[in-house]
Amino acid sequence: MPYEPVIGMEVHVELNTASKMFCGCSAEAFGTPPNTHVCPVCLGMPGTLPVINEQAVRYTVMTGLALNCTVQEHNVFARKNYFYPDLPKGYQISQYELPLCQDGYLTIDVGDGHPTEAGQARRVRIRRVHLEEDTGKLTHVDGYSLIDFNRAGVPLMEIVSEADIRSAEEAYAYVTRLRQIVRYLGVSSGDMEKGAMRCEVNLSLRPVGSDEFGTKVEVKNLNSFRSVRNAIAYEIERQTRLLEAGKPVTQVTMGWDEAAGVTREQRSKEEAHDYRYFPEPDLPPLNLEPAWIEAVKGSLPELPDAKRDRFMANYGLSRYDADVLVEDRAVADYFERAVRVAGDTINPKLVANWVTGELFRRMNETATAITSVKIKPEDLVALIRMVKGGTINQPAAKETFGVMWETGRPPQEIVEERGLKQISDAGELAGVVAQVIADNPDPVAQFKAGKETIIRFLIGQVMKATRGKANPQLAEQLLREQLQSNE
Amino acid sequence: MTDLHQLTIHEAQDMLRRGDISSVELTQSVLDRALAVDNDVRAYICLLPEEALAQAEAADRRRAAGDDTPLLGIPLAIKDVICIQGVTTTCGSRILENFVPPFDATIVARLRAAGAVFLGKTNTDEFAMGSSTEYSAFFTTGNPWDLERVPGGSSGGSAAAVVAGEALGAFGTDTGGSVRQPAAMCGVVGLKPTYGRVSRYGLVAHGSSLDQIGPLTRDVEDAAILLGSIAGHDRMDSTSLNVAVPDYVREMKTGDGLKGMRVGVPKEYFTEGIEPGVETAVRAALDLMADLGAELIEVSLPHTEYAIPIYYLIATAEASSNLARYDGVRYGLRVDAPDMWQTYYDTRQAGFGPEVKRRIMLGTYGLSAGYYDAYYLKAQQARTLLRRDFERVWEQVDVMACPTSPTTAFKIGQKVDDPLQMYLSDVFTVSLNLVGMCGISIPCGFSDGMPVGLQLMGPALGESIILRAAHAYEQATEWHKRRPNLTERMF
Ligand SMILES: [Zn+2]
Repeated sequence: MPYEPVIGMEVHVELNTASKMFCGCSAEAFGTPPNTHVCPVCLGMPGTLPVINEQAVRYTVMTGLALNCTVQEHNVFARKNYFYPDLPKGYQISQYELPLCQDGYLTIDVGDGHPTEAGQARRVRIRRVHLEEDTGKLTHVDGYSLIDFNRAGVPLMEIVSEADIRSAEEAYAYVTRLRQIVRYLGVSSGDMEKGAMRCEVNLSLRPVGSDEFGTKVEVKNLNSFRSVRNAIAYEIERQTRLLEAGKPVTQVTMGWDEAAGVTREQRSKEEAHDYRYFPEPDLPPLNLEPAWIEAVKGSLPELPDAKRDRFMANYGLSRYDADVLVEDRAVADYFERAVRVAGDTINPKLVANWVTGELFRRMNETATAITSVKIKPEDLVALIRMVKGGTINQPAAKETFGVMWETGRPPQEIVEERGLKQISDAGELAGVVAQVIADNPDPVAQFKAGKETIIRFLIGQVMKATRGKANPQLAEQLLREQLQSNE
Repeated sequence: MTDLHQLTIHEAQDMLRRGDISSVELTQSVLDRALAVDNDVRAYICLLPEEALAQAEAADRRRAAGDDTPLLGIPLAIKDVICIQGVTTTCGSRILENFVPPFDATIVARLRAAGAVFLGKTNTDEFAMGSSTEYSAFFTTGNPWDLERVPGGSSGGSAAAVVAGEALGAFGTDTGGSVRQPAAMCGVVGLKPTYGRVSRYGLVAHGSSLDQIGPLTRDVEDAAILLGSIAGHDRMDSTSLNVAVPDYVREMKTGDGLKGMRVGVPKEYFTEGIEPGVETAVRAALDLMADLGAELIEVSLPHTEYAIPIYYLIATAEASSNLARYDGVRYGLRVDAPDMWQTYYDTRQAGFGPEVKRRIMLGTYGLSAGYYDAYYLKAQQARTLLRRDFERVWEQVDVMACPTSPTTAFKIGQKVDDPLQMYLSDVFTVSLNLVGMCGISIPCGFSDGMPVGLQLMGPALGESIILRAAHAYEQATEWHKRRPNLTERMF
């Protein structure tokens, strides 16, 4: 019997606010010396009280709006009670019955891993987006546990999907899409490797065509996008094997072991917590003015889908190129600045080719982010113009680009300095062509005998003789003229 | 100049301003008195003689330089559930026996800015959970009127210190009556402000939606002075009210006192369980108020009988969560065990006393899956009904008057093994905490030699009106001037 996976995801996103969720400490937790960003409030000292970070609320509302959610005007924070050494107060301030955002959706494309025209758009419904505080971090060494509270109290946004995901690929598309959106909004780095984004998966199997839900298994400890995909694939296989063998799936929490490539049981249902949620008495209900919500809505940046559509419509880009360019907002901005500088003089598609071609190649080779690229968009445009106008040829352009990449200098300077201007003057080139014909009697004879393709060799000789500076079109034209007149 | 320690705050302010006395003299007098009687009274968990004298000296220097902040040089006591930076704050518990907060509570910072001198930290039931100080992990405070009896609680140490001459005034905390009930039992004034009027930042939480810090003083004017010095919005406490603080002393003295004031007498507060001596004294106080021009109106608060159950569901639920942080991980007592969970169990087992454990269990139960709706949620709904009772009454009257506690101070040991009896000691005070309104207890007589308290209740932010009523009553009586006989013994 074929089975269908039913997957829901809970994604925690650390918000990159300046201060923590409920105190004035810096929210910069990753890579900071342990317990340096702490105060009586985030250490849970007796008598301390929380104060809501407005920026964190704004970021969460922005995310909710980007995910097509309804933003709630009446919001209540709640205490989630449980004991653990990384939880200073013995409870986490979270939201329970009344989260900030509810009932949205995220559109994902599922193709060959890359969104393409061939990809199929699917909607994953978002149940809720709420705000809470992060815990501290435990490190175990030699029988001791060390606690770093720098992360305790950092604003944490939880995005909960409905169980609309049907494959590991879709889950992968979902989380990468979420990361893209939080990055676009500028609310989080979205770096899974640094713990700024953390995923939990609920997964069950059911016979294809059935409406019932199977027994749900929770999978935790997914620390990279790859592990999301691998863990789900593994878990689908594991549960399928169980069901096919007629064995029941038990309701458990599994942890993904990336090194071993397996999920392992962490906690069974019997050990499940009773979190004793109740409204946080230290915080009055948070009421958001409709005007404030509207203002946040108005301040949202253009999101990837809209940007892609606009790139296709305004710049005539293919879906593929547009998708690649909008994947990272900074890249899209770079591209658009270049297009704006180019004005009507250069087709945006040509700019797109340079960005997705030469620029991306260098960036990938050297693992450089667009924000660290030394080439200014206006210089890239200048380079393209020089090629288009025949000032330099393709090889010279590549050479120039290489220097620009290393130094960030403008292309005009480099071309001048290196004497890369192409020889487009027929008079200047005619002598070289005559010399090449004289020096290569055999190929010339072959050409005359009708071997048309040998002309490329002769052009190559002209290029060589001019150290690459000859305009190849002009070289070919002169070669043909002289070979014919020789007859 | 003798007996400086028996001055009221406003008397001391006048003398300090006139230059009749110095803060050092005043503080020394109070410290001497404390050293002479506190072996019997045991009001203080910790006395800070050197720090207090240093602060008094500083106050005198400031005054010499022309400074005249409201409480400059006035020696006060602070209940040991309120944080003073660098001073051990035990909350009457073993689990915080060695906890030294690195910060001041907001009210402490405000008192400091106003020039107050801190004498020390007063005894309390563990985490302010109790009505007698018998649940203090360290010792029981004696009632200065009869050392065999309790001073009331949980702010029993503060109340006892004020009436015994060991502080000019003190601060307590009131979650279900913990300022007003000990004030009544010790014969002093105790005021519970409207919820949110005073910042809770730095007050170690018991029941977060109920806790308020309030003054315990020798007369009503002193209560007005101290309230004015701590009230007001605090951005560190999101539940504090952003409402301007009036000049309570001036408002208290404006108008015609009780003349024409509509005083509600809630019939549910005069039914059962009141000691005859208490009822007699309170009835006499009502008669006097009528003589002073008040219009007595019988009113009804029909949900009063549910107040104690509502209170013990909500206060314990909040407490069970508030006390979760005492785990031995970051501060306070830690009992090391072979593994993490055992360390939790052993630490909390050793660190908490029986009443605290009882309340943690009650509160945890009331919040548990399957019980939440029947207990915590139901209690919150009933709390709304209780609030509506009060709101309806405020349409008819300006203040309400009733006994503060059904009994006078009971014998030490009498109720300690009977928690339900102990809980009933707060039967007339818990409602105000549940509805978030204000109240004051003032001395109104004696029964068998023990003080009786009259409670005046007011609406939200009605501090000025209850102070005015209390002050008018006090002006016509001498009860607040009586002092217990204590033998001074130097050790
Ligand atoms: Zn902090």
